[in-house]
Amino acid sequence: MGLLSKKDAALIKDPLLDNNPITIQVLGICSALAITAELKASIVMSISVLFVLGVGNVVISLMRNIIPSKIRIIVQLIVVATLVIIVDLVLKAFAYELSKTLSVFVGLIITNCIIMGRFEAFALGNGPWRSFLDGIGNAVGYGVILIAVGFFRELLGSGTLLGFKVLGDPIEKTGLYAIGYENNGFMLLSPMALIVVGIIIWVQRTKNKSLIEEH
Amino acid sequence: MSKRTDSNSYTMIFAVVMVLIVGSLLAFLASSLKPAIKENERIEKQQNILYAMGVNENDESSATFVSTSVAGEEFAKYIKKQIVIEGDKISENDEAYLIDVKKQQANAKEGKIRKLPLFIGEKEGKTFYVAPIRGKGLWDAIWGYVSMDENMVVQGAYFDHKGETPGLGANIKQRYFMDDFYGEHLLTKAGVFKGITVAKGNNDPKNEEKTDYEVDAIAGATITGDGVSAMIKKDLALYVPYFKSLKK
Repeated sequence: MGLLSKKDAALIKDPLLDNNPITIQVLGICSALAITAELKASIVMSISVLFVLGVGNVVISLMRNIIPSKIRIIVQLIVVATLVIIVDLVLKAFAYELSKTLSVFVGLIITNCIIMGRFEAFALGNGPWRSFLDGIGNAVGYGVILIAVGFFRELLGSGTLLGFKVLGDPIEKTGLYAIGYENNGFMLLSPMALIVVGIIIWVQRTKNKSLIEEH
Repeated sequence: MSKRTDSNSYTMIFAVVMVLIVGSLLAFLASSLKPAIKENERIEKQQNILYAMGVNENDESSATFVSTSVAGEEFAKYIKKQIVIEGDKISENDEAYLIDVKKQQANAKEGKIRKLPLFIGEKEGKTFYVAPIRGKGLWDAIWGYVSMDENMVVQGAYFDHKGETPGLGANIKQRYFMDDFYGEHLLTKAGVFKGITVAKGNNDPKNEEKTDYEVDAIAGATITGDGVSAMIKKDLALYVPYFKSLKK
């Protein structure tokens, strides 16, 4: 990242691993559980959050000196809600089927703790460029986990990836199914998302012992 | 920190200006995207109707519509006639599928005549009668399309919802639920309308008995299931006179 100073680069890099919003801060779990049954929904949710958090952080940062402190939470909510409605309308107009899959969850973005958290903790006290990087970093960190969970759940639950039958056809008994492999329907249910996230947290903390909290 | 931004008048003005800006921005966006959204909804209706009469791209477990690019063509090819039933009057109308069932239900409540659209399709020599239905789920509206033969035996169904709980009530649009309706009878042998109940204890989870007027319910979705039963009974009953007239 030659374009960015070391400090700026850290804004993007930290949330990807050592300060990941999902696995370390354990924020945004609700959407991570709800929509990761398919890879496609995970990717779309990640992109939507990337947009909302990237733009939202910049907007809040630009307004940080004029926002009255008494109503700053309300102002933050209005900014998120506006951006979310924009995402929703655009999806409805240009990716209708996707917007139907996401209908309930697009609303979830408004209450996504990562977004309010970044507005309050970062954008209110930093300039637009740094806030933008912070927003992108956190959204990508969120997206990486979402996509990883979606990948495993769709692969093991439906035997497909993005709808393509990568493991063969379960009805025709081709590919892996020919030797007796079965899809695990349990992977499609929300509890398995929690377990997959748990496994990711476990792997991450095993690799980097400094992340383990002392109790 | 005491700044000018802390004063009450500043806070008020800020709030008002912000609401005005955000409000007009959203209003502008919503009205400029409206045509595209309306068009999507129109195509979706065609896809729903086709789905109910078995024109779809289902694979083993997913419910898949014919693709949006060919929906119009397929609709014109399979749907031979669209009729509107108004009391005793039956008229043909090529845009009957655009009739808003919600509005018509409201009309009926006010004592006005409710327009009942019915889509008559033909596939492989068989005639399908597809009727739209609409009702209440747990959180919001649920609706669907049911295709029947001339004896009011269900030939396919499509259900959808606005905001039922994912994994529970939202599963009414899953294949395993919708497919159960296939072959179910709506009329008794004597020709009395009985409807179909989404039943919890029907001892027939595989749905082999097609004349028990019941399909197996979804665990954890009692209220949504009751909503499905209610909308089938309420809305499809209105079509009984038409089906009786076919027999004459």
